[in-house]
Amino acid sequence: MIEEGRALFLQIAESVEDSIVEGSLLEEGQAPSTNELAAFYRINPATAAKGVAMLVEKGVLYKRRGIGMFVAPGARDRLLAERRAAFATRFVGPLIAEASKLGLTPDELATLVRDRAAASIEGKTE
Amino acid sequence: MTTSDTVIEVAGLTKRYRETLAVDDVSFAIEKDKIYGLLGRNGAGKTTVMSILTAQNFETSGELRVFGEHPYENARVLRRMCFVRESQKYPDDALPKHAFATARLFFPRWDQEFAERLIDDFQLPSNKRIKKLSRGQLSAVGVIIGLAARAEITFFDEPYLGLDAVARQIFYDRLLEDYTAHPRTVILSSHLIDEVSNLIEHVIVLDRGRVIMDDETDAVRDRAANIVGDTAAVEAFAVGREVIHRESLGRVSAVTVLGTLTDADHRELALAGLDVGPVSLQQLIVRTTQHAAADAATDEGALR
Repeated sequence: MIEEGRALFLQIAESVEDSIVEGSLLEEGQAPSTNELAAFYRINPATAAKGVAMLVEKGVLYKRRGIGMFVAPGARDRLLAERRAAFATRFVGPLIAEASKLGLTPDELATLVRDRAAASIEGKTE
Repeated sequence: MTTSDTVIEVAGLTKRYRETLAVDDVSFAIEKDKIYGLLGRNGAGKTTVMSILTAQNFETSGELRVFGEHPYENARVLRRMCFVRESQKYPDDALPKHAFATARLFFPRWDQEFAERLIDDFQLPSNKRIKKLSRGQLSAVGVIIGLAARAEITFFDEPYLGLDAVARQIFYDRLLEDYTAHPRTVILSSHLIDEVSNLIEHVIVLDRGRVIMDDETDAVRDRAANIVGDTAAVEAFAVGREVIHRESLGRVSAVTVLGTLTDADHRELALAGLDVGPVSLQQLIVRTTQHAAADAATDEGALR
């Protein structure tokens, strides 16, 4: 769940963002508290607080005084846009690097991706 | 750096035993309500520093302030601290409940209910003499006192000798829970670095009596990376970077480089076909310690 070599507060923030992107945390829904995150991931509460503070600064979460943290309206769309923008560098770049190492042509790679994506989507709709 | 939140301040602290310099010009500050890791090899000076801070030992020279005062024979300061040490001695015929009763009298914020819950958690036999307890049960007595005392500053010096993985997890979980409900300053000395790395907000590493790292734990998590691949490509990438460890197997090399990798670095690495692996806090400390030792050896060599 937690990986080595990356700042924990970033990983905590990403885990909350993941829940929003996947739809398990809805907009205007209550987000887990700092203490809940700290207990769940077994990390220092100050580190969890830093992750939550980052999400507030980013406008993903907002605070309702005396109640807790809530998911901001429009947060999901903004996160999706951000993730799509990062998709090429995070996933496509390494994919192309490995494909060219193996001597796959761009066409072969494209076919492979198209076939797999189609199969995966079909599998899901069944 | 001293702020109003500083509870311990140490400047130029030195402890000399005849020929040995156990603590060598150490300076650091501890802030209120944070969990610190005081890490380092055996003999690095951790216990000596904690003993001096809790007035169980004296400094040879240097300045120290705990809650703004010198702790020696200072009951006002000492009642606000709890030092749980590996080699704690108890009277010969004492039972655990005697140790807890004494602690209850001494520590103003002692929580008896919490102590009883911990006794259950650790399945500690309350009516067996402390002398007859197993090593793990003896450690549990110290851990229970350290947690239930809720002292404003608690030192845990390798508190879990003989505690198995399950019991250690109980300790970490209860510590985090209780710290969240009752924030206080905790200084945890351990050589099980990976086990405590997510609990500690700040890390201080001692090596041969000196401070070699004093940083926010999260800030050091991505401070180093392992680069693995073809030796020539690895060496080309390492040019101009601080390499703290190097090993090779045939034409494959692995180096540990200091410094957070940028996006440009990652592109360069991908292009060169090199693999990047994370460096855990434990590996980073081991490498940094070895690196410091090698530097010290070079310095000594140069002096000869």
